[in-house]
Amino acid sequence: MKQAGERLTIWYSWTCGLILTAAVFSILAYLLFKGAGAFHPKLIFGGVSPLKAVLLQQRVFDGLFPAVVGTLMLVSLSVSIALPIGFATGIYLAEYADFRIKNAFNLIFDILAGIPSIVVGLFGFALAVFLHKHYSSSIQPCLLISGLALAFLVLPYIIRTTQIALESLSPEIRLTALALGATKLQNLVYVLLPQSLTGMISGVILAIGRCAEDTAVIMLTGVVVAAGVPKSVFAPYEALPFYIYYISSQYTTPEELMNGYGAALLLLLLCLFLFALAFVIKKRLSYLAFYRP
Amino acid sequence: MNNWKERGIEKIFLLSTIISSSITLLILGFMAYMALPLLRGGLFRLLTEPWMPQQGFYGIYPMIVGTSVISLLSLLIAFPVSLGCSFLISSIGPKSLSAVFRRIVQMMTGIPTVIYGFVGIFLLVPLIREFFQGGSGMCILTAALMLGVLISPTMILFFCDSFDRVPRSYIDAADSLGANRLQTLLYVILPSAREGIVIGVLLAFGRAMGDTLVSLMIAGNSIAEPKSILDSVRTLTAHIALVIAADYESPEFRSIFACGLVLYLFITIVILAVRRLAFRKSEERA
Repeated sequence: MKQAGERLTIWYSWTCGLILTAAVFSILAYLLFKGAGAFHPKLIFGGVSPLKAVLLQQRVFDGLFPAVVGTLMLVSLSVSIALPIGFATGIYLAEYADFRIKNAFNLIFDILAGIPSIVVGLFGFALAVFLHKHYSSSIQPCLLISGLALAFLVLPYIIRTTQIALESLSPEIRLTALALGATKLQNLVYVLLPQSLTGMISGVILAIGRCAEDTAVIMLTGVVVAAGVPKSVFAPYEALPFYIYYISSQYTTPEELMNGYGAALLLLLLCLFLFALAFVIKKRLSYLAFYRP
Repeated sequence: MNNWKERGIEKIFLLSTIISSSITLLILGFMAYMALPLLRGGLFRLLTEPWMPQQGFYGIYPMIVGTSVISLLSLLIAFPVSLGCSFLISSIGPKSLSAVFRRIVQMMTGIPTVIYGFVGIFLLVPLIREFFQGGSGMCILTAALMLGVLISPTMILFFCDSFDRVPRSYIDAADSLGANRLQTLLYVILPSAREGIVIGVLLAFGRAMGDTLVSLMIAGNSIAEPKSILDSVRTLTAHIALVIAADYESPEFRSIFACGLVLYLFITIVILAVRRLAFRKSEERA
Protein backbone atom coordinates (compact mmCIF):
# COMPACT_ATOMS: atom_id res chain seq x y z
CA MET A 1 0.00 0.00 0.00
CA LYS A 2 2.74 2.39 1.03
CA GLN A 3 4.74 1.30 -2.00
CA ALA A 4 1.91 2.28 -4.34
CA GLY A 5 1.63 5.67 -2.67
CA GLU A 6 5.33 6.26 -3.14
CA ARG A 7 5.25 5.26 -6.77
CA LEU A 8 2.31 7.59 -7.29
CA THR A 9 4.28 10.46 -5.73
CA ILE A 10 7.12 9.90 -8.19
CA TRP A 11 4.76 9.93 -11.14
CA TYR A 12 2.99 12.96 -9.80
CA SER A 13 6.19 14.97 -9.35
CA TRP A 14 7.40 14.20 -12.86
CA THR A 15 4.02 15.24 -14.28
CA CYS A 16 4.12 18.53 -12.38
CA GLY A 17 7.63 19.24 -13.62
CA LEU A 18 6.53 18.52 -17.15
CA ILE A 19 3.43 20.74 -16.90
CA LEU A 20 5.39 23.74 -15.65
CA THR A 21 8.22 23.31 -18.16
CA ALA A 22 5.69 22.96 -20.96
CA ALA A 23 3.88 26.12 -19.83
CA VAL A 24 7.05 28.20 -19.65
CA PHE A 25 8.48 26.94 -22.89
CA SER A 26 5.26 27.44 -24.79
CA ILE A 27 5.21 31.08 -23.60
CA LEU A 28 8.84 31.61 -24.65
CA ALA A 29 8.53 29.68 -27.90
CA TYR A 30 5.33 31.48 -28.89
CA LEU A 31 6.97 34.86 -28.43
CA LEU A 32 10.15 33.81 -30.20
CA PHE A 33 8.19 32.33 -33.10
CA LYS A 34 5.91 35.36 -33.53
CA GLY A 35 8.41 38.07 -32.68
CA ALA A 36 11.48 36.84 -34.56
CA GLY A 37 10.05 38.10 -37.86
CA ALA A 38 9.80 41.63 -36.49
CA PHE A 39 13.36 41.60 -35.17
CA HIS A 40 15.02 44.00 -37.50
CA PRO A 41 16.59 47.50 -37.19
CA LYS A 42 13.31 48.80 -38.64
CA LEU A 43 11.54 47.66 -35.48
CA ILE A 44 13.48 50.24 -33.49
CA PHE A 45 14.13 53.01 -35.97
CA GLY A 46 11.18 52.73 -38.34
CA GLY A 47 11.84 54.54 -41.60
CA VAL A 48 14.47 56.88 -40.13
CA SER A 49 18.18 56.21 -40.47
CA PRO A 50 19.61 54.98 -37.12
CA LEU A 51 22.28 57.71 -36.98
CA LYS A 52 19.80 60.55 -37.42
CA ALA A 53 17.50 58.99 -34.82
CA VAL A 54 20.26 58.61 -32.22
CA LEU A 55 21.46 62.18 -32.81
CA LEU A 56 17.82 63.30 -32.39
CA GLN A 57 17.87 65.06 -35.77
CA GLN A 58 14.77 63.30 -36.92
CA ARG A 59 11.87 62.04 -34.85
CA VAL A 60 11.00 58.34 -35.10
CA PHE A 61 7.25 57.78 -35.47
CA ASP A 62 6.87 54.16 -36.52
CA GLY A 63 9.63 52.55 -34.44
CA LEU A 64 10.39 51.70 -30.84
CA PHE A 65 13.26 54.18 -30.51
CA PRO A 66 11.47 56.68 -28.22
CA ALA A 67 10.20 53.83 -26.03
CA VAL A 68 13.67 52.32 -25.71
CA VAL A 69 15.21 55.70 -24.86
CA GLY A 70 12.38 56.39 -22.40
CA THR A 71 12.96 53.07 -20.64
CA LEU A 72 16.72 53.69 -20.46
CA MET A 73 16.23 57.18 -19.02
CA LEU A 74 13.66 55.90 -16.55
CA VAL A 75 15.94 53.09 -15.36
CA SER A 76 18.97 55.33 -14.91
CA LEU A 77 16.93 57.99 -13.13
CA SER A 78 15.25 55.67 -10.65
CA VAL A 79 18.32 53.56 -9.95
CA SER A 80 20.44 56.64 -9.33
CA ILE A 81 17.83 57.89 -6.86
CA ALA A 82 17.46 54.55 -5.09
CA LEU A 83 21.12 53.53 -5.06
CA PRO A 84 22.79 55.89 -2.55
CA ILE A 85 19.92 55.79 -0.09
CA GLY A 86 19.50 52.02 -0.47
CA PHE A 87 23.19 51.30 0.09
CA ALA A 88 23.33 53.60 3.11
CA THR A 89 20.24 51.98 4.62
CA GLY A 90 21.55 48.46 4.00
CA ILE A 91 24.88 49.35 5.60
CA TYR A 92 23.18 50.91 8.61
CA LEU A 93 20.96 47.87 9.18
CA ALA A 94 23.80 45.38 8.79
CA GLU A 95 26.54 47.21 10.70
CA TYR A 96 25.16 49.82 13.06
CA ALA A 97 21.61 49.05 14.13
CA ASP A 98 21.10 47.07 17.32
CA PHE A 99 18.90 44.01 17.39
CA ARG A 100 15.56 45.57 18.26
CA ILE A 101 15.85 48.55 15.93
CA LYS A 102 16.91 46.21 13.15
CA ASN A 103 13.88 44.01 13.69
CA ALA A 104 11.52 46.96 13.46
CA PHE A 105 13.14 48.30 10.28
CA ASN A 106 13.21 44.83 8.73
CA LEU A 107 9.45 44.62 9.19
CA ILE A 108 8.97 48.03 7.57
CA PHE A 109 11.09 47.09 4.54
CA ASP A 110 9.40 43.71 4.23
CA ILE A 111 6.10 45.57 3.93
CA LEU A 112 7.57 48.04 1.44
CA ALA A 113 8.81 45.13 -0.66
CA GLY A 114 5.36 43.57 -0.58
CA ILE A 115 3.29 46.62 -1.55
CA PRO A 116 1.77 45.96 -5.00
CA SER A 117 3.42 48.08 -7.66
CA ILE A 118 0.11 49.62 -8.70
CA VAL A 119 -0.27 51.02 -5.17
CA VAL A 120 3.21 52.52 -5.39
CA GLY A 121 2.15 54.00 -8.74
CA LEU A 122 -1.00 55.41 -7.18
CA PHE A 123 1.15 56.98 -4.48
CA GLY A 124 3.33 58.55 -7.17
CA PHE A 125 0.25 59.90 -8.91
CA ALA A 126 -1.15 61.30 -5.66
CA LEU A 127 2.24 62.89 -4.98
CA ALA A 128 2.15 64.60 -8.38
CA VAL A 129 -1.38 65.88 -7.72
CA PHE A 130 -0.33 67.07 -4.27
CA LEU A 131 2.74 68.91 -5.60
CA HIS A 132 0.67 70.38 -8.42
CA LYS A 133 -1.84 71.81 -5.95
CA HIS A 134 0.52 73.07 -3.28
CA TYR A 135 3.78 74.01 -4.96
CA SER A 136 3.82 74.56 -8.67
CA SER A 137 1.11 74.09 -11.26
CA SER A 138 3.79 73.07 -13.80
CA ILE A 139 4.26 69.72 -12.04
CA GLN A 140 2.30 66.92 -13.65
CA PRO A 141 2.85 63.18 -14.01
CA CYS A 142 6.22 63.03 -15.79
CA LEU A 143 9.52 61.22 -16.07
CA LEU A 144 10.72 62.54 -12.71
CA ILE A 145 7.60 61.38 -10.84
CA SER A 146 7.84 57.94 -12.46
CA GLY A 147 11.52 57.71 -11.62
CA LEU A 148 10.80 58.62 -8.02
CA ALA A 149 7.96 56.10 -7.68
CA LEU A 150 10.05 53.34 -9.29
CA ALA A 151 12.90 54.20 -6.92
CA PHE A 152 10.53 53.54 -4.00
CA LEU A 153 9.61 50.24 -5.62
CA VAL A 154 13.18 48.96 -5.97
CA LEU A 155 14.55 50.46 -2.76
CA PRO A 156 13.80 47.34 -0.66
CA TYR A 157 15.66 45.14 -3.20
CA ILE A 158 18.81 47.23 -2.92
CA ILE A 159 18.57 47.51 0.86
CA ARG A 160 18.08 43.81 1.29
CA THR A 161 20.85 42.61 -1.03
CA THR A 162 23.30 45.05 0.57
CA GLN A 163 22.27 43.92 4.03
CA ILE A 164 22.50 40.21 3.22
CA ALA A 165 25.85 40.65 1.48
CA LEU A 166 27.31 42.34 4.56
CA GLU A 167 25.68 40.05 7.12
CA SER A 168 26.90 36.91 5.42
CA LEU A 169 30.59 37.85 5.75
CA SER A 170 32.49 35.48 8.03
CA PRO A 171 33.62 36.65 11.51
CA GLU A 172 37.29 36.24 10.49
CA ILE A 173 36.93 38.86 7.75
CA ARG A 174 34.92 41.05 10.07
CA LEU A 175 37.37 41.03 12.97
CA THR A 176 40.87 41.02 11.42
CA ALA A 177 41.16 44.71 10.58
CA LEU A 178 39.47 45.68 13.86
CA ALA A 179 42.05 43.61 15.76
CA LEU A 180 44.81 45.50 13.93
CA GLY A 181 43.40 48.76 15.24
CA ALA A 182 41.20 49.95 12.40
CA THR A 183 38.17 52.03 13.33
CA LYS A 184 34.67 50.82 12.56
CA LEU A 185 34.43 53.08 9.52
CA GLN A 186 37.86 52.08 8.18
CA ASN A 187 36.93 48.43 8.58
CA LEU A 188 33.70 49.07 6.68
CA VAL A 189 35.26 51.03 3.81
CA TYR A 190 38.46 49.02 3.31
CA VAL A 191 37.38 45.50 4.23
CA LEU A 192 33.66 44.82 4.48
CA LEU A 193 32.36 46.78 1.48
CA PRO A 194 34.96 45.47 -1.01
CA GLN A 195 34.28 41.95 0.23
CA SER A 196 30.53 42.24 -0.30
CA LEU A 197 30.67 44.19 -3.54
CA THR A 198 29.47 41.34 -5.76
CA GLY A 199 26.34 40.89 -3.68
CA MET A 200 25.59 44.59 -3.79
CA ILE A 201 26.10 44.77 -7.56
CA SER A 202 23.80 41.85 -8.21
CA GLY A 203 21.17 43.69 -6.19
CA VAL A 204 21.60 46.73 -8.42
CA ILE A 205 21.22 44.65 -11.57
CA LEU A 206 18.04 43.08 -10.20
CA ALA A 207 16.76 46.57 -9.46
CA ILE A 208 17.51 47.62 -13.05
CA GLY A 209 15.55 44.63 -14.34
CA ARG A 210 12.64 45.45 -12.05
CA CYS A 211 12.59 49.07 -13.29
CA ALA A 212 12.75 48.02 -16.92
CA GLU A 213 9.86 45.56 -16.68
CA ASP A 214 7.46 47.39 -14.41
CA THR A 215 4.32 48.62 -16.10
CA ALA A 216 1.87 49.25 -13.28
CA VAL A 217 3.84 52.09 -11.68
CA ILE A 218 4.54 54.01 -14.86
CA MET A 219 1.05 53.76 -16.30
CA LEU A 220 -0.21 55.92 -13.44
CA THR A 221 2.72 58.31 -13.30
CA GLY A 222 3.30 59.80 -16.70
CA VAL A 223 3.97 57.30 -19.47
CA VAL A 224 2.09 58.06 -22.70
CA VAL A 225 1.66 56.41 -26.08
CA ALA A 226 3.33 59.05 -28.23
CA ALA A 227 5.70 61.61 -26.79
CA GLY A 228 8.91 61.17 -28.74
CA VAL A 229 12.19 61.35 -26.88
CA PRO A 230 11.55 63.35 -23.66
CA LYS A 231 13.20 66.79 -23.61
CA SER A 232 13.44 67.06 -19.82
CA VAL A 233 12.59 65.12 -16.68
CA PHE A 234 9.39 67.15 -16.41
CA ALA A 235 8.05 65.85 -19.71
CA PRO A 236 5.90 62.79 -20.39
CA TYR A 237 7.71 59.88 -22.07
CA GLU A 238 7.27 56.50 -23.75
CA ALA A 239 8.42 53.14 -22.37
CA LEU A 240 8.71 49.59 -23.69
CA PRO A 241 6.45 47.71 -21.25
CA PHE A 242 3.68 50.26 -21.60
CA TYR A 243 3.95 50.07 -25.38
CA ILE A 244 3.46 46.30 -25.17
CA TYR A 245 0.43 46.73 -22.93
CA TYR A 246 -1.05 49.40 -25.17
CA ILE A 247 -0.56 47.45 -28.40
CA SER A 248 -2.15 44.34 -26.91
CA SER A 249 -5.50 46.09 -26.56
CA GLN A 250 -5.41 48.98 -29.04
CA TYR A 251 -3.63 47.70 -32.14
CA THR A 252 -5.30 48.62 -35.44
CA THR A 253 -3.10 47.09 -38.12
CA PRO A 254 -1.18 43.79 -38.41
CA GLU A 255 2.05 45.82 -38.64
CA GLU A 256 1.37 47.41 -35.26
CA LEU A 257 0.73 44.00 -33.76
CA MET A 258 3.99 42.75 -35.28
CA ASN A 259 5.78 45.64 -33.58
CA GLY A 260 4.11 44.60 -30.34
CA TYR A 261 5.50 41.07 -30.66
CA GLY A 262 8.92 42.50 -31.47
CA ALA A 263 8.79 44.81 -28.44
CA ALA A 264 7.71 41.95 -26.17
CA LEU A 265 10.59 39.80 -27.38
CA LEU A 266 13.02 42.69 -26.93
CA LEU A 267 11.88 43.30 -23.35
CA LEU A 268 11.97 39.60 -22.52
CA LEU A 269 15.53 39.22 -23.83
CA LEU A 270 16.64 42.34 -21.96
CA CYS A 271 15.19 41.12 -18.66
CA LEU A 272 16.52 37.58 -19.04
CA PHE A 273 19.95 38.99 -19.87
CA LEU A 274 19.94 41.18 -16.75
CA PHE A 275 18.75 38.28 -14.67
CA ALA A 276 21.47 35.99 -15.99
CA LEU A 277 24.05 38.70 -15.32
CA ALA A 278 22.92 39.12 -11.71
CA PHE A 279 22.99 35.37 -11.37
CA VAL A 280 26.50 34.96 -12.76
CA ILE A 281 27.78 37.66 -10.42
CA LYS A 282 26.20 36.20 -7.35
CA LYS A 283 24.38 32.90 -7.22
CA ARG A 284 21.30 32.47 -5.05
CA LEU A 285 21.03 36.08 -3.96
CA SER A 286 18.78 36.77 -6.90
CA TYR A 287 15.62 35.30 -5.51
CA LEU A 288 16.54 35.69 -1.87
CA ALA A 289 15.77 39.32 -2.51
CA PHE A 290 12.08 38.45 -2.38
CA TYR A 291 12.17 37.53 1.23
CA ARG A 292 14.84 37.00 3.80
CA PRO A 293 13.99 33.87 5.78
CA MET B 1 38.53 64.77 14.48
CA ASN B 2 38.40 61.19 13.32
CA ASN B 3 35.78 60.34 15.87
CA TRP B 4 33.69 63.24 14.63
CA LYS B 5 33.83 61.92 11.06
CA GLU B 6 32.87 58.42 12.17
CA ARG B 7 29.83 59.68 14.03
CA GLY B 8 28.85 62.01 11.23
CA ILE B 9 28.80 59.19 8.70
CA GLU B 10 26.86 56.96 11.05
CA LYS B 11 24.29 59.75 11.32
CA ILE B 12 24.06 59.93 7.53
CA PHE B 13 23.40 56.18 7.36
CA LEU B 14 20.77 56.50 10.06
CA LEU B 15 19.16 59.42 8.25
CA SER B 16 18.80 57.47 5.00
CA THR B 17 17.33 54.55 6.92
CA ILE B 18 14.76 56.89 8.42
CA ILE B 19 13.99 58.42 5.02
CA SER B 20 13.55 55.10 3.26
CA SER B 21 11.43 53.62 6.03
CA SER B 22 9.27 56.73 6.13
CA ILE B 23 8.22 55.98 2.54
CA THR B 24 6.39 52.88 3.76
CA LEU B 25 4.44 54.96 6.26
CA LEU B 26 3.99 57.83 3.84
CA ILE B 27 2.27 55.55 1.31
CA LEU B 28 -0.12 54.32 4.01
CA GLY B 29 -0.76 57.90 5.10
CA PHE B 30 -1.50 59.11 1.58
CA MET B 31 -3.90 56.21 0.89
CA ALA B 32 -5.77 56.73 4.16
CA TYR B 33 -5.91 60.52 3.77
CA MET B 34 -7.22 60.40 0.21
CA ALA B 35 -9.78 57.70 0.97
CA LEU B 36 -10.95 59.42 4.13
CA PRO B 37 -14.03 61.22 2.69
CA LEU B 38 -15.31 57.86 1.42
CA LEU B 39 -14.46 56.07 4.65
CA ARG B 40 -16.49 58.66 6.56
CA GLY B 41 -19.51 57.62 4.49
CA GLY B 42 -19.24 54.26 6.21
CA LEU B 43 -16.64 51.57 5.87
CA PHE B 44 -19.25 48.84 5.69
CA ARG B 45 -21.06 50.52 2.79
CA LEU B 46 -17.82 50.99 0.90
CA LEU B 47 -16.88 47.35 1.22
CA THR B 48 -20.30 45.88 0.42
CA GLU B 49 -21.92 48.17 -2.17
CA PRO B 50 -21.73 47.60 -5.92
CA TRP B 51 -19.81 49.88 -8.29
CA MET B 52 -22.38 51.99 -10.15
CA PRO B 53 -21.05 55.55 -10.45
CA GLN B 54 -24.11 56.70 -12.43
CA GLN B 55 -26.45 55.68 -9.61
CA GLY B 56 -24.15 57.06 -6.95
CA PHE B 57 -22.80 53.75 -5.65
CA TYR B 58 -19.05 53.73 -5.26
CA GLY B 59 -18.60 50.44 -3.37
CA ILE B 60 -15.62 48.24 -4.15
CA TYR B 61 -17.29 44.95 -3.28
CA PRO B 62 -17.18 43.48 -6.84
CA MET B 63 -13.46 44.20 -7.04
CA ILE B 64 -12.76 42.59 -3.66
CA VAL B 65 -14.64 39.50 -4.84
CA GLY B 66 -12.70 39.56 -8.13
CA THR B 67 -9.31 39.79 -6.45
CA SER B 68 -10.11 37.05 -3.93
CA VAL B 69 -11.55 34.65 -6.48
CA ILE B 70 -8.72 35.06 -8.99
CA SER B 71 -5.92 34.81 -6.48
CA LEU B 72 -7.45 31.86 -4.61
CA LEU B 73 -8.07 29.97 -7.83
CA SER B 74 -4.55 30.64 -9.10
CA LEU B 75 -3.19 29.39 -5.79
CA LEU B 76 -5.38 26.30 -6.05
CA ILE B 77 -3.94 25.61 -9.51
CA ALA B 78 -0.34 26.49 -8.73
CA PHE B 79 0.10 24.92 -5.29
CA PRO B 80 -0.14 21.23 -6.26
CA VAL B 81 2.06 21.78 -9.32
CA SER B 82 4.63 23.72 -7.29
CA LEU B 83 4.74 21.06 -4.59
CA GLY B 84 5.35 18.37 -7.22
CA CYS B 85 8.07 20.45 -8.85
CA SER B 86 9.83 21.05 -5.54
CA PHE B 87 9.74 17.27 -4.85
CA LEU B 88 11.29 16.73 -8.24
CA ILE B 89 14.05 19.27 -7.60
CA SER B 90 14.90 18.30 -4.05
CA SER B 91 14.92 14.52 -4.20
CA ILE B 92 13.13 12.67 -6.98
CA GLY B 93 14.91 13.90 -10.10
CA PRO B 94 18.50 12.95 -10.94
CA LYS B 95 20.99 15.53 -9.66
CA SER B 96 21.97 17.07 -12.98
CA LEU B 97 18.38 17.40 -14.18
CA SER B 98 17.29 18.91 -10.88
CA ALA B 99 19.97 21.58 -11.18
CA VAL B 100 18.82 22.50 -14.69
CA PHE B 101 15.19 22.55 -13.62
CA ARG B 102 15.98 24.78 -10.67
CA ARG B 103 17.72 27.20 -13.06
CA ILE B 104 14.64 27.28 -15.27
CA VAL B 105 12.43 28.08 -12.29
CA GLN B 106 14.80 30.83 -11.15
CA MET B 107 14.83 32.24 -14.66
CA MET B 108 11.02 32.38 -14.56
CA THR B 109 11.18 34.98 -11.80
CA GLY B 110 12.91 37.26 -14.32
CA ILE B 111 10.14 37.18 -16.94
CA PRO B 112 8.28 40.53 -17.02
CA THR B 113 4.63 40.34 -15.96
CA VAL B 114 3.52 42.30 -19.02
CA ILE B 115 4.87 39.41 -21.13
CA TYR B 116 2.61 36.96 -19.28
CA GLY B 117 -0.32 39.24 -20.00
CA PHE B 118 0.63 39.72 -23.65
CA VAL B 119 1.04 36.01 -24.36
CA GLY B 120 -2.13 35.42 -22.35
CA ILE B 121 -4.17 37.61 -24.70
CA PHE B 122 -2.93 36.10 -27.92
CA LEU B 123 -2.33 32.48 -26.91
CA LEU B 124 -4.37 31.49 -23.86
CA VAL B 125 -7.53 33.58 -24.38
CA PRO B 126 -8.33 32.10 -27.83
CA LEU B 127 -7.65 28.59 -26.48
CA ILE B 128 -10.09 29.07 -23.60
CA ARG B 129 -12.65 30.65 -25.94
CA GLU B 130 -12.48 27.67 -28.31
CA PHE B 131 -12.47 25.10 -25.55
CA PHE B 132 -15.53 26.40 -23.73
CA GLN B 133 -17.36 27.53 -26.85
CA GLY B 134 -18.54 30.98 -25.95
CA GLY B 135 -17.81 34.21 -24.21
CA SER B 136 -14.79 36.32 -24.97
CA GLY B 137 -12.34 33.94 -23.34
CA MET B 138 -11.34 36.69 -20.93
CA CYS B 139 -12.42 35.26 -17.61
CA ILE B 140 -11.43 34.23 -14.11
CA LEU B 141 -10.09 30.89 -15.30
CA THR B 142 -7.81 32.42 -17.95
CA ALA B 143 -6.34 34.95 -15.55
CA ALA B 144 -5.95 32.36 -12.80
CA LEU B 145 -4.10 29.97 -15.12
CA MET B 146 -1.64 32.67 -16.20
CA LEU B 147 -1.23 33.94 -12.63
CA GLY B 148 -0.57 30.34 -11.61
CA VAL B 149 2.44 30.28 -13.92
CA LEU B 150 3.52 33.66 -12.55
CA ILE B 151 3.43 32.67 -8.88
CA SER B 152 4.76 29.10 -9.14
CA PRO B 153 8.47 30.04 -9.00
CA THR B 154 7.93 31.91 -5.71
CA MET B 155 6.43 28.79 -4.17
CA ILE B 156 8.83 26.26 -5.70
CA LEU B 157 11.94 28.17 -4.63
CA PHE B 158 10.66 28.64 -1.09
CA PHE B 159 9.62 25.01 -0.77
CA CYS B 160 13.04 23.85 -1.98
CA ASP B 161 14.77 26.28 0.38
CA SER B 162 12.84 25.02 3.36
CA PHE B 163 13.55 21.39 2.36
CA ASP B 164 17.26 22.25 2.19
CA ARG B 165 17.19 23.73 5.67
CA VAL B 166 15.96 20.58 7.41
CA PRO B 167 18.82 19.60 9.76
CA ARG B 168 21.27 17.10 8.31
CA SER B 169 20.98 14.90 11.40
CA TYR B 170 17.28 14.17 10.71
CA ILE B 171 18.10 12.97 7.22
CA ASP B 172 21.06 10.88 8.41
CA ALA B 173 18.84 9.28 11.03
CA ALA B 174 16.27 8.34 8.39
CA ASP B 175 19.06 7.03 6.15
CA SER B 176 20.48 4.79 8.82
CA LEU B 177 17.02 3.36 9.47
CA GLY B 178 16.99 2.23 5.86
CA ALA B 179 14.65 4.82 4.34
CA ASN B 180 15.16 5.59 0.66
CA ARG B 181 15.30 9.16 -0.65
CA LEU B 182 11.59 9.39 -1.34
CA GLN B 183 10.64 8.00 2.07
CA THR B 184 12.99 10.49 3.70
CA LEU B 185 11.30 13.28 1.75
CA LEU B 186 7.74 12.22 2.55
CA TYR B 187 8.07 11.20 6.20
CA VAL B 188 10.99 13.30 7.48
CA ILE B 189 11.66 16.38 5.38
CA LEU B 190 8.08 17.31 4.48
CA PRO B 191 6.68 17.32 8.05
CA SER B 192 9.56 19.38 9.42
CA ALA B 193 9.41 21.89 6.55
CA ARG B 194 5.74 22.67 7.21
CA GLU B 195 6.31 26.32 8.15
CA GLY B 196 8.40 26.94 5.05
CA ILE B 197 5.60 25.63 2.88
CA VAL B 198 3.04 27.87 4.54
CA ILE B 199 5.36 30.86 4.11
CA GLY B 200 5.82 30.10 0.40
CA VAL B 201 2.06 29.84 -0.09
CA LEU B 202 1.43 33.10 1.76
CA LEU B 203 4.02 35.01 -0.26
CA ALA B 204 2.68 33.59 -3.51
CA PHE B 205 -0.83 34.60 -2.46
CA GLY B 206 0.39 38.12 -1.82
CA ARG B 207 2.06 38.16 -5.22
CA ALA B 208 -1.15 36.98 -6.93
CA MET B 209 -3.20 39.65 -5.15
CA GLY B 210 -0.81 42.43 -5.97
CA ASP B 211 -0.36 41.62 -9.62
CA THR B 212 -1.91 44.14 -11.97
CA LEU B 213 -1.03 43.40 -15.55
CA VAL B 214 -2.22 39.82 -15.91
CA SER B 215 -5.67 40.44 -14.48
CA LEU B 216 -5.98 43.81 -16.20
CA MET B 217 -5.17 42.31 -19.58
CA ILE B 218 -6.96 38.95 -19.51
CA ALA B 219 -9.64 38.92 -16.79
CA GLY B 220 -12.06 41.06 -18.81
CA ASN B 221 -12.58 43.82 -16.20
CA SER B 222 -16.36 43.47 -15.89
CA ILE B 223 -17.83 45.11 -12.79
CA ALA B 224 -20.64 42.57 -12.38
CA GLU B 225 -20.44 39.96 -9.67
CA PRO B 226 -19.17 36.68 -11.18
CA LYS B 227 -21.47 33.63 -11.27
CA SER B 228 -18.96 31.09 -12.57
CA ILE B 229 -15.24 30.88 -13.29
CA LEU B 230 -15.97 31.61 -16.94
CA ASP B 231 -17.30 35.07 -16.06
CA SER B 232 -15.16 38.12 -16.40
CA VAL B 233 -14.18 40.11 -13.28
CA ARG B 234 -12.25 43.19 -12.30
CA THR B 235 -9.61 43.04 -9.56
CA LEU B 236 -8.72 45.80 -7.11
CA THR B 237 -5.43 46.38 -8.91
CA ALA B 238 -7.07 46.58 -12.34
CA HIS B 239 -9.70 48.94 -10.91
CA ILE B 240 -6.97 51.34 -9.81
CA ALA B 241 -5.43 51.23 -13.27
CA LEU B 242 -8.77 51.73 -15.06
CA VAL B 243 -10.43 54.52 -13.13
CA ILE B 244 -8.91 57.68 -14.45
CA ALA B 245 -11.03 60.48 -13.17
CA ALA B 246 -10.49 64.03 -14.32
CA ASP B 247 -11.99 65.42 -11.17
CA TYR B 248 -9.64 64.86 -8.24
CA GLU B 249 -12.38 65.45 -5.67
CA SER B 250 -14.86 62.98 -7.15
CA PRO B 251 -15.89 59.82 -5.26
CA GLU B 252 -14.64 57.71 -8.21
CA PHE B 253 -11.18 59.09 -7.69
CA ARG B 254 -11.43 58.61 -3.92
CA SER B 255 -12.51 55.01 -4.32
CA ILE B 256 -9.27 53.93 -6.00
CA PHE B 257 -7.43 55.03 -2.87
CA ALA B 258 -9.77 52.83 -0.86
CA CYS B 259 -8.70 49.95 -3.15
CA GLY B 260 -5.07 50.86 -2.53
CA LEU B 261 -5.69 50.91 1.21
CA VAL B 262 -7.33 47.48 1.15
CA LEU B 263 -4.39 46.02 -0.81
CA TYR B 264 -1.87 47.68 1.51
CA LEU B 265 -3.52 46.37 4.66
CA PHE B 266 -3.86 42.91 3.19
CA ILE B 267 -0.15 42.75 2.30
CA THR B 268 0.74 43.94 5.80
CA ILE B 269 -1.26 41.07 7.29
CA VAL B 270 0.48 38.57 5.00
CA ILE B 271 3.94 39.89 5.90
CA LEU B 272 3.15 39.82 9.62
CA ALA B 273 1.97 36.22 9.35
CA VAL B 274 5.08 35.24 7.40
CA ARG B 275 7.39 36.87 9.93
CA ARG B 276 5.60 35.25 12.84
CA LEU B 277 5.96 31.82 11.26
CA ALA B 278 9.61 32.35 10.34
CA PHE B 279 10.37 33.61 13.85
CA ARG B 280 8.67 30.65 15.49
CA LYS B 281 10.65 28.27 13.33
CA SER B 282 13.99 29.86 14.17
CA GLU B 283 13.16 29.79 17.90
CA GLU B 284 12.34 26.11 17.66
CA ARG B 285 15.74 25.45 16.12
CA ALA B 286 17.69 27.44 18.66
